[in-house]
Amino acid sequence: MTLDPLGSLLNVFNQNLLSAIIFAPLLGALWLYVFPKKEDGSIYRGVAFLWGMITFGLSCLMLLKFNSESSALQLREHASWIQGFGVHYSLGVDGISVFLVMLTTFLMPIVVLASHSVKTNLRSYLANMLLLETAMLGTLLALDSFLFYIFWEMMLFPMYFLIGIWGGPRRIYATLKFVLYTVFGSVLMLIALLYTVWQHAEQSGAVSFLIADLVKTNFSLQEEILLFAAFALAFGIKVPIFPFHTWLPDAHVEAPTGGSVVLAGVLLKMGLYGFIRFAYPLFPNGAEVFAPYLAILAVIGIVYGALVAWAQSDVKKLVAYSSVSHLGYCVLGFVAFNTISATGSIYQMLNHGISTGALFLLVGVLYDRRHTREISEYGGLASKVPVFAFLFLVFTLSSIALPLTNGFVGEFLILYGSFQTFPLITIVAVSGVVLGAIYMLTLYLKTMFGEIDEAKNGSLTDVNTRELVTLLPLLFMVFYMGIFPQKMLSMIEPSVVSYIQMVEERKDDLTAYVDDHSSGNLRVVNGVTQLIEEEERV
Amino acid sequence: MTSHEAHQVQLGLIPLFPLLGSALAFVIGKKNKALSGWIATIAAVCSFASVFNFFRSLPEGGVFEDKLFTWFSIGGFTADFTFRFDSLTAVMCLVVTGVGSLIHLYSIGYMNEEPSKHRYFSYLNLFLFSMLLLVLGGNLLILFIGWEGVGLCSYLLIGFWFKNEAFARAGRKAFVVNRIGDAGFLIAIFLCAGIFGTIDFAELAAKFVHNTNMDLLVPIVTGIAICLFIGATGKSAQIPLFVWLPDAMAGPTPVSALIHAATMVTAGVYMMARTHFIFDMAPYAMMIVSIVAVLTAFVAGTIAITQNDIKKVLAYSTVSQLGFMFMAAGAGAYWIAVFHLVTHAFFKACLFLCSGSVIHSCHHEQDMREMGGLAKVMPITFVTYLISTIAISGIAPLSGYYSKHAILGAMEHNPNPFMAQFAEWLVLAASITAVITAFYMTRSLAMTFLGTYRGHAHPHESPLLMTIPLIVLASLASIAGFYGEDLYAYLHHVVPDNGHHFHHESMADALVHSWTAILGVLAALLLYTNLKVIPQKVSQAFPLLNKLLSNKYYIDEIYNMFVVKPLEGLAGIFFNRIDRGVVDGAVNGTGMVVEISGEVARTVQTGQIRSYLFMMVLGMLFVIGLYIVA
Repeated sequence: MTLDPLGSLLNVFNQNLLSAIIFAPLLGALWLYVFPKKEDGSIYRGVAFLWGMITFGLSCLMLLKFNSESSALQLREHASWIQGFGVHYSLGVDGISVFLVMLTTFLMPIVVLASHSVKTNLRSYLANMLLLETAMLGTLLALDSFLFYIFWEMMLFPMYFLIGIWGGPRRIYATLKFVLYTVFGSVLMLIALLYTVWQHAEQSGAVSFLIADLVKTNFSLQEEILLFAAFALAFGIKVPIFPFHTWLPDAHVEAPTGGSVVLAGVLLKMGLYGFIRFAYPLFPNGAEVFAPYLAILAVIGIVYGALVAWAQSDVKKLVAYSSVSHLGYCVLGFVAFNTISATGSIYQMLNHGISTGALFLLVGVLYDRRHTREISEYGGLASKVPVFAFLFLVFTLSSIALPLTNGFVGEFLILYGSFQTFPLITIVAVSGVVLGAIYMLTLYLKTMFGEIDEAKNGSLTDVNTRELVTLLPLLFMVFYMGIFPQKMLSMIEPSVVSYIQMVEERKDDLTAYVDDHSSGNLRVVNGVTQLIEEEERV
Repeated sequence: MTSHEAHQVQLGLIPLFPLLGSALAFVIGKKNKALSGWIATIAAVCSFASVFNFFRSLPEGGVFEDKLFTWFSIGGFTADFTFRFDSLTAVMCLVVTGVGSLIHLYSIGYMNEEPSKHRYFSYLNLFLFSMLLLVLGGNLLILFIGWEGVGLCSYLLIGFWFKNEAFARAGRKAFVVNRIGDAGFLIAIFLCAGIFGTIDFAELAAKFVHNTNMDLLVPIVTGIAICLFIGATGKSAQIPLFVWLPDAMAGPTPVSALIHAATMVTAGVYMMARTHFIFDMAPYAMMIVSIVAVLTAFVAGTIAITQNDIKKVLAYSTVSQLGFMFMAAGAGAYWIAVFHLVTHAFFKACLFLCSGSVIHSCHHEQDMREMGGLAKVMPITFVTYLISTIAISGIAPLSGYYSKHAILGAMEHNPNPFMAQFAEWLVLAASITAVITAFYMTRSLAMTFLGTYRGHAHPHESPLLMTIPLIVLASLASIAGFYGEDLYAYLHHVVPDNGHHFHHESMADALVHSWTAILGVLAALLLYTNLKVIPQKVSQAFPLLNKLLSNKYYIDEIYNMFVVKPLEGLAGIFFNRIDRGVVDGAVNGTGMVVEISGEVARTVQTGQIRSYLFMMVLGMLFVIGLYIVA
């Protein structure tokens, strides 16, 4: 190997861009510890911001290199990792994951800038954030189930610390709930995953954790149902799908502002992303059985989340329950499983990250000033903080999907697409359009309108430049994605089309397989029967 | 309907002016408050001028089109950002920008002392922009952008004085109630796109014309029509969703004139005319439209009799008159609906602006019992109010007579087979409502302008900036009725007449046919010029009826009891019982949780976080190391 640092750096960008994106934040986290411990945190913030921006820059490069006409996985990296177990270090990006990666890297510098309210141990706060970013990006880009699982579990720890250390008064309870829920799901997923790998090894004779290999495994319908259920539970908790959502409001309320932004912005999407990458392609018939029930749960989530949001007296809890409602739309769109609804679902995941992320930032702005999240503590703020009121209005409108904001495009595609698959369920979901307006406008009314009745609010200051800098990029995206969505949609669509086709084909293959083996319960002694069959053939 | 080749022109100019105006009025107006009103007014006038230009150059039966870009196109569904300008659009655009410009001008005077008028004018221009998107939209979704956009502006302007929480509540109510209608509209779009594969008006119309097995689709088309009409009941304040409009009077009075009388609330009527091919195929839906329209007109008209707030009278009157427009649309006489829309825009905008002029001079008094005798001190306002009252009452030769008479005629000759049974009854109810209109409008005129002054302010005539728009609108309200035939000829390329032709009537006949309305006027004059005695006697004579009407049939209370409260209760039960009770209880019901949490708390609080981090990083490095070795 010749010593050509520039050359090898360029090589990294050409050959290992995705790795660079994943591990740049980790490098940043380590870098933070180069500096001696200081009271003044601005150096840490600077470093973390720099690495956040480097990662964002790298992901922009990825976007430039991304061939938007192709539906294939691109910028692939593939290497054998733990050979004996068929574990690969395999990465790739397609239209489904490309903008989720962008969203993650886009939000992180904003979160770093919004860390001004963190008073204690800023260094490890930022290190946790960057570590979390690495874990999220790894989860999104991994094509090997083992690698995915590692990154998936890696997301848990930084989030645990972020809430447990920098959280509110009931943070211990919240982290515990968060961890218990998630670990329960993870264990189920691990068991189901190992069973799948084992089955695959039995059938093909080679152990592999590669998703591309695993989707060739044959299953009986019964197996598919059970395995899908295990995966669905694990991912459903993460989304969260009703009734597994109660960890979310607690986690959000206790989390620091940055934690809430990342949690709502990216982490929640991982659940649905898991459905997309694993549960559906691996067990399409199981998915088909569960789809109507998932759709019903999603719609319950939409309506229930909206109504419960309306009943909240805590701003953050309200926004948290609104997430339950919004993620309900995303789940509905995906399980309706047609090009329009699934593309809308992916687009809506991005929208939710932007509008809800912004709403949490805004709540943080208020919290920093008044140290309360009680809605009744506010009121009449619009006359005192007009810029804040304007921004709050725009993100509220985005959240309730007003046309020409990003929310409308996603919600429309989801509802229109789902209407073709589940007309009656979708009509119930449309009521969310009304309920969303009720709880968000009620929040806006109670906090922004009326006379200022709390004396403390009389001295409230409007958003400062730093806060404005964190919010303006999100404001821009609200209108960009609302008025010119076609560019992004046309990059998502080809992957969705071929994805759906892939799942449908596998469904047919599996059905054919089950039909061939329908005489007797062959699945239990699968390996043996296959051997016998082969011998007979010989 | 002849389909001409569509000409490509820069229609985007029309909404561009108010959009720019909205931004400039805010940014510049923030520094220089006096400028904001003029910027917004100039933007509105520029928009009117460009509309007029397109109107002049539009060939007979022709269509202008302007495709800006593809909004989104996916999975075979395409939503283009297209504008379409035909004679129906032309009429709507002229009314919106014309009346809009006058109201902008008036607002400069009316909002003279308002400290945040830059916000007001910015919203007002934003409203014009949205309304123009609504009428120019070449497909259902662009129309829907405008549809929700005007709803937003309405919300912002109703709650313009947001420090008053009741006003802000009225804004929220308007938005939420409108959203119920919008949900219906959305479902209609889903059905349309799902079945016909397009949302473009021209393409949809072509599919309706050329589809040979349309009969099979009638049930679905009926469903689409009903869903669209649900949308219309929200925006155009019809039963059951009309409850937001009276509350919307919390907004500044010019807003009531522009948004809640002349333009936005007529969007539902325009939408029916625009999608007439759907409604024409759905006679059953048309029957529903007709019944709802008559019922709304009657209910709102009777409520208006008992209102003492001058703006509330006008608000219920607007609901009632919108009912008349839907009567025409429901009979398939779209051109007559548009005719009444136009005449109503003139006289109702004038009435609202007059009421604004009165409120302005009586120091924000809106109760007519505190007015009276204003005719002497406010002659211009009085005369224009008088003209508009005669017009809306339906007395020839002013405009309201012609449009309303045409509506009653259209209902009488309704070809709809579902209507055969009770068409006569509906016509009777509509005729009675027409008399009621004359009665309550004259009542408001008498209570406000006649008799002696009962208030405590020092009323005076408003400045020229406010009276000029009044004069222009009153003049238009006087003569607009004579252009029925022209309108019929102008519109028939776009909307079918369904057998409802223009009927010429001699002036003498028209005067004779006005007798019922004149009766209503005389009755009100007799009763309400001297307020002291007679009204009380009348209300005492019918105590129950009076109570029912003055409480607006208790509709708000009924909705509150049967919709709002149960929903609120449900939300509370969901949160307290299910979320915190059942679901959470199952999760942390065990004592173990408490124990574990104690353990975790101890470990976290010993300050060992860094060691955790260290372990994690170590693990990471190990994993990476494995990769490199492999």
